[in-house]
Amino acid sequence: MSGAAYWLPLIAALVIAVAVAMYVVMDGFDLGVGILFPFFPDEGDRDQMMNSVAPFWDGNETWLVLGGTGLFVAFPLAYSVIAPAFYVPLVTMLLALVLRGVAFEFRWVAKPHHDKWDIAFATGSTLAAFAQGVMVGGLLTGIHVDDGRFSGAAFDWLNPFSLMCGIGLVVGYALIGACWIVMKTAGGVEQGARRYARPLLIALLLFILLIGLWTPLQFERIAQRWFSWPNWLYLSPVPLITAALAVACWRGLAGKSPTLAFNSAVGLFIVSFIGLAISTLPYLVPPSITLWDAAAAPKSQAFILVGIAILLPVIFGYTVFVYHTFRGKVRPGEGYH
Amino acid sequence: MDPQALLLSRLQFAFTISFHIIFPAFSIGLSAFIATLLVLWRRTGREHYHRLARFWTKIFAVSFAMGVVSGIPLSYEFGTNWSHFSAVVGNVIGPLIGYEVLTAFFLEASFLGVMLFGWQRVPPWLHLTAAILVALGTAISGFWILSANSWMHTPAGYEMQNGVAVPVDWLAVIFNPSFPYRFAHMMTAAYLTTSVVVLATGARYVLAGKFEQEARTMMRMGVGMVAILGPLQLLLGDMHGLNTLHHQPLKIAAIEAHWEDDGPADLVLFALPDEKNETNRAAITVPHLGSLILTHRWNGRFEGLKQVPRNERPPVTSVFFAFRLMVGIGVLLIALGLTGALLWWRRRLFTTRWYLRLAQPGWPIGFFAILAGWLTTESGRQPYIAYHILRTDQAVSPVAASTVATSLAAFVLVYTVVFSIGIYYIYKLIMKGPAGAALEPAPLPEGLPNRPLSTADAPVKQERDA
Repeated sequence: MSGAAYWLPLIAALVIAVAVAMYVVMDGFDLGVGILFPFFPDEGDRDQMMNSVAPFWDGNETWLVLGGTGLFVAFPLAYSVIAPAFYVPLVTMLLALVLRGVAFEFRWVAKPHHDKWDIAFATGSTLAAFAQGVMVGGLLTGIHVDDGRFSGAAFDWLNPFSLMCGIGLVVGYALIGACWIVMKTAGGVEQGARRYARPLLIALLLFILLIGLWTPLQFERIAQRWFSWPNWLYLSPVPLITAALAVACWRGLAGKSPTLAFNSAVGLFIVSFIGLAISTLPYLVPPSITLWDAAAAPKSQAFILVGIAILLPVIFGYTVFVYHTFRGKVRPGEGYH
Repeated sequence: MDPQALLLSRLQFAFTISFHIIFPAFSIGLSAFIATLLVLWRRTGREHYHRLARFWTKIFAVSFAMGVVSGIPLSYEFGTNWSHFSAVVGNVIGPLIGYEVLTAFFLEASFLGVMLFGWQRVPPWLHLTAAILVALGTAISGFWILSANSWMHTPAGYEMQNGVAVPVDWLAVIFNPSFPYRFAHMMTAAYLTTSVVVLATGARYVLAGKFEQEARTMMRMGVGMVAILGPLQLLLGDMHGLNTLHHQPLKIAAIEAHWEDDGPADLVLFALPDEKNETNRAAITVPHLGSLILTHRWNGRFEGLKQVPRNERPPVTSVFFAFRLMVGIGVLLIALGLTGALLWWRRRLFTTRWYLRLAQPGWPIGFFAILAGWLTTESGRQPYIAYHILRTDQAVSPVAASTVATSLAAFVLVYTVVFSIGIYYIYKLIMKGPAGAALEPAPLPEGLPNRPLSTADAPVKQERDA
């Protein structure tokens, strides 16, 4: 394989991985806020929770579009296999995102008849998170491919492992959402979120452990990746870092540092994500299509990567600007409503 | 290929994209209107501009949210329902959509937060900048998506390698032959449609005798824009049509229900196209006018549908009627704008009740024109999804018809419920009107808009805040 044909797909895959990681972390906390909505029945509490994510959710969700179109742009073959394979969970996720997305605006216009949008926000957030987790699990399980096209059935993704991944992601988003609420709100909401965060952290660690044991047992290629010499030596820091982050998150929640708790929860997500990437690479569609098989023409990848090299720093710049503008705790009565 | 799955996938895409296009078209226009109001407020210091900006920002937020959530499914449907389209033209179309995300979506989404929630957090100039960047973002988004769509109509700058379209010249891809026309036509449509909504809302308040100052500003801005953009759109539409005749003659033949190229073409004003027998029933035609409009020559000729086999023709009936609906609404809008301008010039804009009554319910007609226009151009491209590269029936995903039927039902259910309620909420906001504005008109000795006028000098006083 010549230089560009080898490196371009690798760089493109890295960019998509960054987009997906950004999405999981950023939309993770605002989906998490929605998942936690049923546990905060008070209207004032819910106003605060929603206001804490309202200026960000749209930008957060844009990373999902970048991840999806990134795959379409850089690996059209993988996109054309993965999307039909996950038709049912993908459409479920999209409709769930419709319901919870419009709730951000509709809820305020509907007041005092906003109950249905509270339900839409909570249900949509939970269902979207669950569908995303199911797709991760389904992707690890593998997709039937014939002659470069999806050749499976509509419910191939449905198995105990993928369902467990779905629940695991709901728990994870709920944790990161709880840490966000602790960081961004005050009073009863903050206290409530603090109470929920610790059991959620324990539950998430159990899921991480479960996935960490289940995947090498079920999938020979993943066991090979992690437990063959000298791989296990290089990879041994992954569980250690996970443990350290869990401790930091716990202490942040116990003490006075909600920022530490939130950052550690983000860290847990990133490490888990890297762990999954280690398990899967170089396959984009396990167990048959590698990122080089699926790569777009070098001219297409080069064209979009030039744009990414220039524009991604700019995007990071104004993302930081927006988060900086709305730093600190939510101020009551803020907004245009 | 399963013909049922194909039909259902086409229905689903048509349904989801038709719902979607309404909101971005409105967002493109409204964000520019809000930015203009904020600039006027900053430059004149007059409070009612600020009240108007905040009022339309609420409506913008609701509409924009619906645009975002209805847009995300589209970018995924390329894969879920049209996976072979993605595989064959993804190398060319993909990066254009990627650039839309990078240059437009993040810009809009990030600064929307500042625009909506930043009134007290950032200085006014920065808030204004955010509003302008949102407006710019919506326009940039239009640039890329229309470039990608235009490429599907008039592909350029590529070559086929192993059955896959591969880019050769990016500038030729982006600025493909129909793109400048389609871009100008659609952006004008977005601004025109929004101007009609603003005009109609102004007319509503004038008729109700509410929010006098705001209502008049809206009517003046609305009438001015419609009077300029309406005729401009006619010109742009004509240029776009000539371009289509050059690159996609069969689409024009379907639009005109032009079966045979057997001499100078009549203009078919009305007909019931009979696709089975390849002729028109109940046709009302004007000799030579078809040639004149399409070729700008009295005896000009253009290709007829019968020159290609049936399986290469677009559907005629839907294209024929959708085009006439679009043009009909366009003519109405030109009349609305020019009449309004005339009344404004005669200083009777706010007192001519028949005009106000006609303008008030006119708010949605621009959207119908947009939908009819898209139906014309997209159906007119059939049977191809990417013109002369990939047929639509070859592009569909290997997904069972039952699966697509279920998802289509779910989309119809969710969209109908959610977006009907959303449009109702926008209506509610409009009924409520701008906050902080005087509900009743200021007490004036004469010339109240809800009273009949008898004195000749009253309209002059009516214009006092012109």
